[in-house]
Amino acid sequence: MKTVLRYAVLTLIALFLMAPFVWMVLVSLQESKSAIPEVSKLIPEKPHWENYRTVVLSPQVPVFRFFLNSVLVAGGVVLGQLVVCSMAAYAFARLKFRFKEPLFTLFLLSMMFSGTVTQIPVFLMLRGMGWLDTYAALIVPGVGSAFGVFLLRQFFSQIPFELDEAARIDGAGDWTIYSRLTVPMSRAALATLGAFAFIATWTDFFWPLIATSSLEMRTLEVGLSIFKDSYQGQNWPLQMTAAVVTLLPCLIVFLLLQRHFVKGVTIGSIK
Amino acid sequence: MRRSRSAWAFVAPAALHLLVFAVVPIVYAFVVSLFDWRILKGTMPFVGFGKYQEVLQDPPFWNAMLNSAKFAALSVPAGMAVALLVAMPLASQLKGMGLFRTLYYIPAISSMVAVSMLWIYMFLPGNGLINATTSLFGVKSVDFLNETGWAMPALAFMSVWTGLGPRMIIYVAGLLGVPPSLYEAAELDGAGAWSRFWNVTWPMLAPTNVFVLVTGTITAFQLFTPVYMMTKGGPLDSTDVVGYHVFVEAWKKFHVSTASAQSFLLLVVVGSVALVQYRMMRRQLEGYSAG
Repeated sequence: MKTVLRYAVLTLIALFLMAPFVWMVLVSLQESKSAIPEVSKLIPEKPHWENYRTVVLSPQVPVFRFFLNSVLVAGGVVLGQLVVCSMAAYAFARLKFRFKEPLFTLFLLSMMFSGTVTQIPVFLMLRGMGWLDTYAALIVPGVGSAFGVFLLRQFFSQIPFELDEAARIDGAGDWTIYSRLTVPMSRAALATLGAFAFIATWTDFFWPLIATSSLEMRTLEVGLSIFKDSYQGQNWPLQMTAAVVTLLPCLIVFLLLQRHFVKGVTIGSIK
Repeated sequence: MRRSRSAWAFVAPAALHLLVFAVVPIVYAFVVSLFDWRILKGTMPFVGFGKYQEVLQDPPFWNAMLNSAKFAALSVPAGMAVALLVAMPLASQLKGMGLFRTLYYIPAISSMVAVSMLWIYMFLPGNGLINATTSLFGVKSVDFLNETGWAMPALAFMSVWTGLGPRMIIYVAGLLGVPPSLYEAAELDGAGAWSRFWNVTWPMLAPTNVFVLVTGTITAFQLFTPVYMMTKGGPLDSTDVVGYHVFVEAWKKFHVSTASAQSFLLLVVVGSVALVQYRMMRRQLEGYSAG
């Protein structure tokens, strides 16, 4: 009886959290330009799947280009973070060097400082370099991540040191140990960071909003806000269709990598 | 672990990135805040701490700070309570728990622009899902996003919804970290469910609570996208939170010096709040171990 009650509560909460999404999909299948439906008439008699074609092939807004931009930017950031953060994490977890402790503290401190304060100067710097409205402006600032260094260091520290020593006796240098041992042994950890970096970049709104200005350079996230404005709060079915189109890639990546999210969140919180 | 000459080569890319995109910008932002830089006019006289004085005496800025504080006060404790309540059944070894954890996390990974559009719809008067639901119980329709008293609670409600997943996972981890022997001991002493919660679970969760409270408050003060998408700071500046206020100052009015000074003041305020919260919670922690 107690178990039944527990499942009932869990399902109720799941319904509360999922209802808006279900609603979103149902509205996206209403006839385009139709009025806001009554809740009782929410399930369309005939689903209007063509809304999805209308949104993706919209003549005013290059949705497919936005999508490609998002893929390119998120892919670039993920790749960059995996290389840059894993290298630094290797040094912090496996090697001794001068100023290691203060440097690591600086990384941790920078997690708190990022955000509002650094945005204006980074924008001005990129403007000075002529990088605004390019892929470089969207990718390069995201390539490093103090959180990524911290997360990977936690994982790398758990690998037994005897492995490194054995490799060293065989004449392996740091680079060989890093690329042949540490990285291949940490695929799960790298997937965790990759998943976080992908979702964070894909759903980032603020930075692409200020760093790009031409329609062709917008990411899907900014594109969606433009799409909304182009209907001035009207045509809800098409707006919800566009929202579903934006959410879907995130959802797929999340479902594929969801167990890594649990790991990443817990490691980030328990030191 | 051995001392390595090549270590710096491994750290260099990340350190360089940190230098260029974090350390230099912070110094740069501070320098910019000491001038009165008008990008559109092309003038840049040195004003020392004049901008800070100006901002400190600027009622709209304090209105934005107060709005952010209100948002944090409404959304963080409520978000924590809901997440803990959900985490307790989730921390047990029920079958299919993985599926529920996954479902609960989905709002948090979703695009904030899409989620904001969705919630504009949820909050609509009349046929919006919330009003349609409450009308079944005879409650009068509310235009949540266009009434000064309702817009902020509406944003906070949405933030509890989006933030549930990550918070809940952290609580589940915290709950699983409580040694079962403590519960067994409490049970032997004849403690009921309520007493076990107050005397075992709650004190053992203190570090988790500190983490969720501090990071939650910092995040709450950075609220931007939902305000940009849903209310534009209105109605009557009632949701003009500081993240949005600084955005307008910098990117709509191009007052970069004022915006820099504001963002440093924000940093100081948020940093102090976080520190006070941390200290208070830690004292509570020590209180438990002493008592």
